[in-house]
Amino acid sequence: MASLVGSRVERKEDTRFLQGKGRYTADINIANQTYAVFVRSPHARAKIKSVDTSKALKSSGVVGVLTGKEIAEDKIGGLIAGWAIRSEDGSEMKVPANPPLAKDVANFVGEPIAVVFAETLDEAKEGAEKVKVDYKVLKAVVDPADAMKSDAIHDGVDKNLCYDWLLGDRKAVDEAFAKADKIIKVDLINNRLVPNAMEPRACVVDYNTASEEITLYTTSQNPHLSRLVMSAFGNVAPENKLRVVAPDVGGGFGSKINVYNEEIVCSWASKKIERPIKWVAERTESFLTDTHGRDHVTHAELAVTNDGKFLGFKNETIANLGAYARVFGTVTPTYLFGPCATGVYVIPAAYSNVKAVYTNTAPVDAYRGAGRPEATYTIERLVEKAAMELGMDKTEIRMKNFPTQFPFKQTLVHTVDSGDYVAGLEKAKQMADYAGFEARRKKSEANGKLRGIGVSSYFEACGIAPSAAVMSLGCGVGLWESAEVRFNPTGQISVFTGAHSHGQSHDTTFAQIAADEMGVPIENIDIVHGDTDKGTFGMGTYGSRSLTVGGIAIVNACKKIIAKGKRVAAKMLEVNEDEIEFKDGEFVALKSNKKKTIGEVAFACYLPGQRDEMKSPIPEGDEPGLIESAFYDPPNFSFPAGSHICEVEIDPDTGNVKVEKYTAVDDFGRIVNPMIVEGQVHGGIAQGIGQALHENTQYDETGQLMTASYMDYTMPRADNFPEFNLGFTCTHATSNPLGVKGCGEAGAIASPPTVMNAVIDALGGQEISMPATAEKVWKACKSMKKSNAKAA
Amino acid sequence: MKSFNYHAPKDVKDASKLASSNSAFLAGGMTTIPSMKLGLASYKDVIDIKNIKKLSGIKVSGKTVTIGATTKHVEVATSKDVKKAIPALAKLAGNIGDAQVRNRGTIGGSISNNDPSACYPSACMALNAVIHTNKRKIDAEKFFTGMFETALKGGELVEAVEFQIPEKADYQKHPNPASRYAIIGVFVAKHKKDVNVAVTGAKSCVYIDKDLSKKLSSNFSVSAIEGAEVKSSGMNSDMHASAEYRANLVSLYAKKAVEAC
Ligand SMILES: Cc1cc2nc3c(=O)[nH]c(=O)nc-3n(C[C@H](O)[C@H](O)[C@H](O)COP(=O)(O)OP(=O)(O)OC[C@H]3O[C@@H](n4cnc5c(N)ncnc54)[C@H](O)[C@@H]3O)c2cc1C
Repeated sequence: MASLVGSRVERKEDTRFLQGKGRYTADINIANQTYAVFVRSPHARAKIKSVDTSKALKSSGVVGVLTGKEIAEDKIGGLIAGWAIRSEDGSEMKVPANPPLAKDVANFVGEPIAVVFAETLDEAKEGAEKVKVDYKVLKAVVDPADAMKSDAIHDGVDKNLCYDWLLGDRKAVDEAFAKADKIIKVDLINNRLVPNAMEPRACVVDYNTASEEITLYTTSQNPHLSRLVMSAFGNVAPENKLRVVAPDVGGGFGSKINVYNEEIVCSWASKKIERPIKWVAERTESFLTDTHGRDHVTHAELAVTNDGKFLGFKNETIANLGAYARVFGTVTPTYLFGPCATGVYVIPAAYSNVKAVYTNTAPVDAYRGAGRPEATYTIERLVEKAAMELGMDKTEIRMKNFPTQFPFKQTLVHTVDSGDYVAGLEKAKQMADYAGFEARRKKSEANGKLRGIGVSSYFEACGIAPSAAVMSLGCGVGLWESAEVRFNPTGQISVFTGAHSHGQSHDTTFAQIAADEMGVPIENIDIVHGDTDKGTFGMGTYGSRSLTVGGIAIVNACKKIIAKGKRVAAKMLEVNEDEIEFKDGEFVALKSNKKKTIGEVAFACYLPGQRDEMKSPIPEGDEPGLIESAFYDPPNFSFPAGSHICEVEIDPDTGNVKVEKYTAVDDFGRIVNPMIVEGQVHGGIAQGIGQALHENTQYDETGQLMTASYMDYTMPRADNFPEFNLGFTCTHATSNPLGVKGCGEAGAIASPPTVMNAVIDALGGQEISMPATAEKVWKACKSMKKSNAKAA
Repeated sequence: MKSFNYHAPKDVKDASKLASSNSAFLAGGMTTIPSMKLGLASYKDVIDIKNIKKLSGIKVSGKTVTIGATTKHVEVATSKDVKKAIPALAKLAGNIGDAQVRNRGTIGGSISNNDPSACYPSACMALNAVIHTNKRKIDAEKFFTGMFETALKGGELVEAVEFQIPEKADYQKHPNPASRYAIIGVFVAKHKKDVNVAVTGAKSCVYIDKDLSKKLSSNFSVSAIEGAEVKSSGMNSDMHASAEYRANLVSLYAKKAVEAC
């Protein structure tokens, strides 16, 4: 039987999505439901003096109004930071309380203060307008670079500093820098991004007064984790009385990892008002309250020798957490960032120091790549600048510092199991016609345009993650994954996974894997996810972990099915177990060549007997049925890597940047479905180009989000991109039986520095910050003209 | 969105009768509906004018092109008659916003709204348009009175826009990368006797750049405006573009437009 893993199987989920048959949270309606509308702070920082709900309660159709006072009285817990980080001095991070409804202070525009439930959405909106909140507006802290010098916005958080974290050895770095011929320095801003999932957040809560069970339908990347958090920290309901369902979810990119205020409030309130509740975010609410991404201010230095060897690296970063520390908020700028900051290079001494600060802006959390794009941007800008300052070719300097042996033990944390960075960069050079660039540059110049080329070589640590490792670093949970393979008596198979698909195509890729393992047609397999009542526990989908962790759990559960199947088949065929071979869906007795298909074995497991004869196919010590589950804890992260090359052309008159060519060569280990992987890479590159050139989140000095709609926030569109030129190299991961590495985030990790390196190359080395908007580039072109004129 | 009374009159008289200080005409709805949804505007009566047949359509006479108020951008962009008579106008319509906006937005809605970064007002100014309403005819230069302001009085309905066919014309726009409205747009029209350079997006309201128009009237060539200074004073400065950048773009795109004529 031909292997399905490795082939371009068409997406099973496309039929329902392309026909408009997807079932999203907002599509779900429960009889007798009420509609929730949240009253949100219009101020970035304000004392809440009083909340008057009397008029709202009298408003037509209003069923209930709840505020921070009631939620505090009911001892409902707040939102949490999932990862405890220690400062360099050994002190624990400072985390302010984050109640689901703010009671005393509001800390960012959009923070929920109260909620109104009504018979119709319009009535809920009208009711919400009638809730009177008396605010005392305070001076907002907005700029992360100034946060440590500003008023403390949270009690007990001195200088607005959550932690001052260090990874690495300052002394070793100082010594390395003392030996350097040259120190390369960059000051960078990693711009804040709004995730902009196509589907806004939503929740529908159905409280069953008889069973006292709450069912929460929600837009989550990790329903099991949501239930755990809401039970353990939110005190909303015991886990066995809380069912969380994340049906079709239209994109997450990290913004749907968190359990948000609205989910906690609606779940709690549904029990209180004994009515189902529906809440769907409007786009403005998404802009204001979805967790944002990135937002770093970085100074970094690279110590080099004159012939381009890297000796040491240092990185001083201020990371903006926004108003509160959320689930991955504290780890994104530390353990997801620092260990990757030395990139794909051998750098004998390195450190990263990160100060995470609170500001009166939307909370910042994981966003596609989470920490690794920031790390890659830092090192790849430095490397490119080093090449420029040393007069070396930008690919040569990289090659010179790549590791030559794998496993590659990095200076800071990771031991990279496999890779071939030279092969990736060579292939990218060839595909991008790197050698022909100079001719293309001259041609652009003849047309009055500036052409630049940029390279970035990246690796990332994903497939998160070994539980013992991450828990030792402060993670509040283990990051294993589970699976259950349920063979039904008549031969179809339900595969349950704790991962969640919101664009990753698990229905297809996971089915390919299971079909190969068990030798059954892919049509017989259904992938079931997103419901805490269906299947085992799971940690969800983020950090490019679904395949490398969740996929392996499926493989292991399938292996257990085969193992049991072998025992049963042996008994049915009346041979010893070691005489049975399993191949292409059949258990074959090697000597007699008699066989049983896996379907026959499954049937026998459920109907273990036959007429007129007392005979069971179930061996002694085994049980009837054919259901197996597996929990898989990975022994290591997975380390995809690659090299991207971008060419841009700049019109100096307007500053418009056109991405002319984009080549990506990635090593994702063994590829399950090339078509789906290409789609993931496309999406990631598109988001990265968005960050580099377009997406410009702006708060004004009072903390109002200026770019809170698509009229002002530039989402990249198809006409902003060239046709992407994709290639792959392959070294199998040695840490898992499939040899796979994660691919979901790579595009967004590699592309911002690739594009910026090209832009800065075109500008003759002039630094400019992301996003490189037309006006910024135009200004840079003007000063370039001036300095050229001076030089002449 | 607050609830409202929806009306769909069949003729202009009824539409006009329904109008009050608390009503809005609904054409493409591309501006009206989002502002109602966001709570920026609310009306007691919304008067849908799309069923009024006489308000839609394109007519070309010897000297003018007349476009009915509810004619959609896509219709102007793809009209053979417009493409032949004033290709620049078809080009302008074809580059408004995105396909969804062009499939619903109308010329009447665009000019009545008079968004400072809308495209059509510049065409009206450069092409000496006459705005026909149910009450009178208004010259373009008197029609656009300020930011989101026009000479329209309460209940007055735009019926059509009559453009003068120029000898040559072109429209050049630097789109806002987010909304694709004009950061600036320059409409250059060469008529028999003179040249108009109309600019949108740069200031609070569309205007004729008199200096550029004069220079091009005496010599219609790029070189005539090569060194001409476009001042940034009075120009908009916002997060999308500074006044200085806008001034640079106006000067640049005026040249591009002349070149393309
Ligand atoms: C995303 C986006 C991008 C856009 N990009 C551009 C662009 O690049 N260039 C550009 O020029 N425009 C752009 N627009 C504007 C768009 O093209 C429409 O022209 C505009 O939104 C209004 O036209 P409408 O027909 O939809 O009017 P409506 O929204 O229906 O009405 C707008 C206003 O005009 C009034 N009105 C409508 N018709 C009449 C009439 N006949 N008489 C009197 N009053 C009337 C209404 O009462 C209302 O106050 C964009 C809009 C959007 C949403």
